[in-house]
Amino acid sequence: MSATMLSPSAVAGAHWWRSRTIRRFMRHRLAVLGFVMISVMIFACVVGPHLLPYDELFIDLRARFAPPLTGAHIFGTDPLGRDIAARLFNAGRISLLVGFFAMVLSTLIGTVIGVVAGYYGGRLGAVLMRFVDAFLSFPSIFLLLALAAFVKPSPFMITVIIAVTSWMEIARLVEAEVRSLRERDFVLAARMLGLPNAWIMFREILPNAVGPIIVAATLTVARAILLEAYISFLGYGIQPPLPSWGNMLNGAQQYLDKAPWLAIVPGVAITLAVTSFNFIGDGLRDALDARSDLS
Amino acid sequence: MFAYLLNRLWQSLVLLVLVSIIGFAILNLAPGGPLSQFALTPGMTREALDRIAHQMGLDRPLPIQYLDWVWRLVQGDWGKSYRDQRPVLDIICGHLFATLLLMVSSTLVSILIGTWIGIKGATKRYSLFDYTATVGAMVALSIPTFWFGLVAIYVFALKLKWLPAGNMYTIGDQSLYDYAIHLVMPSLVLALVNIAVWSRYMRTATLDVINQDFVRTARAKGLTPRRVLVKHVVGNALLPMITLAGLQLPTILGGALVTETVFTWPGMGRLFLDSLGYHDYPVVMGLLMFSAILVLLGSLIADLLVALVDPRIRLG
Repeated sequence: MSATMLSPSAVAGAHWWRSRTIRRFMRHRLAVLGFVMISVMIFACVVGPHLLPYDELFIDLRARFAPPLTGAHIFGTDPLGRDIAARLFNAGRISLLVGFFAMVLSTLIGTVIGVVAGYYGGRLGAVLMRFVDAFLSFPSIFLLLALAAFVKPSPFMITVIIAVTSWMEIARLVEAEVRSLRERDFVLAARMLGLPNAWIMFREILPNAVGPIIVAATLTVARAILLEAYISFLGYGIQPPLPSWGNMLNGAQQYLDKAPWLAIVPGVAITLAVTSFNFIGDGLRDALDARSDLS
Repeated sequence: MFAYLLNRLWQSLVLLVLVSIIGFAILNLAPGGPLSQFALTPGMTREALDRIAHQMGLDRPLPIQYLDWVWRLVQGDWGKSYRDQRPVLDIICGHLFATLLLMVSSTLVSILIGTWIGIKGATKRYSLFDYTATVGAMVALSIPTFWFGLVAIYVFALKLKWLPAGNMYTIGDQSLYDYAIHLVMPSLVLALVNIAVWSRYMRTATLDVINQDFVRTARAKGLTPRRVLVKHVVGNALLPMITLAGLQLPTILGGALVTETVFTWPGMGRLFLDSLGYHDYPVVMGLLMFSAILVLLGSLIADLLVALVDPRIRLG
């Protein structure tokens, strides 16, 4: 793993895009496809709202339920006559940001708990990991909804509760990784030098576990976007009038016969975004795993 | 075997205690805590609230409250619903059958299809089938279950009119056929994600087994490829799948919640959402604890099954 992160070429000052990791990633066609798809989506969400003639909150009751491609409504309109394209792009900003920051927070929580549990081991490690197991025993949607009912449903709080319910896999992974590194010679050397435990954990051991963490973090973005969609669809996530991909689907079921595009458009957006992150994660797994060359 | 059993039981018990601590913490996280139900009553005063808190024992130290709460859970007293004052455990058990029906049928379907795809993908590695299955599984894992349900309803119920759009049965016609036809769509929708998971794991497990010496021996002694596959490979590859089934339980339960919502299926998931809508926290908490216990029980059963089937553990 360390070879990947600090490959000789990188040390020698060669261009980073020629590094082995990047080359391997570029060979993974699906990962590249995912990367392109998500880049296009992010670009569309950033630029889109400025190009469209409609505001995402503009209500036009004469243009209710316009099917896609009526006039300037490329994706049609919703039951209030609001432009779906404008809502979709603005919703994308929120859904992607929630997904991203939930990933950052849950990776942070998971990494700290995993490193501490793996480094100290013993009773402390066992207790921490049993807590991880206990959290994993709850179906995450149940836990998420129960928490969502208690907090103010702002995008910030939604991000926090998604992170609070999805850090466990990363903690498990980091714990296993750190436990396997704990007895290595470079750690013993660091100990012998009398470096503080915090330094050894986060500056000596952790950098060697970055590869798997990056992979898991990418997959966590996918999961977080899905979870936001689930709870917003069920009415406990991002609250209207703020659009999110999940809450755009919230009322779609009752108009399924009359206006199927209400359900189809945001659903395709969610699926594309989540698929992209899953593809990228898969590609990174291959690219960052030093052992994958052998097989 | 006995030592293993005892150790496994002990682990489950520890987990159960931790689960109950988390549950209790969430219960006390609720704004106003367990008192919130009374705070909204018109004409409620601070003094009256304090009196109720005292009657409910909420002014005692938290650890005592926790022990009291756990003791009542153990005795089967899970509190009463705010909505209709019925005991929580009764309400949950009333919804258990529908959820179990959905989960069991969809798990059976997904195991059958998933293992088949996994075995075929592993034996014909890097073929078009294998590649399609791999990509398909990743896409299937990315589709929101509820949205897939909506699309299925649109296509099969609204356009083709082959299947009913929701509910568990038609009122007045509760024949077995009627139940079955209502079950098809929700259980297939719930199965999609699990088919993806099963096929990925089965592919890996089969590949692990296929390269082992005893498979080569079986081939070398002239067994037909089919017999090698069925008797030697699949049997061994299925073993880790039992453990996986236990690990997948929380996901399947969570998926059932969403599926039930879309298909108005009268199970635990719908009950959970309805109760959330009514701020019926005793039922919400009850379901949270109940599902965690179900998951712990499931993984315990899965591990015991493995121990029973696998001679390395049974005799070790």
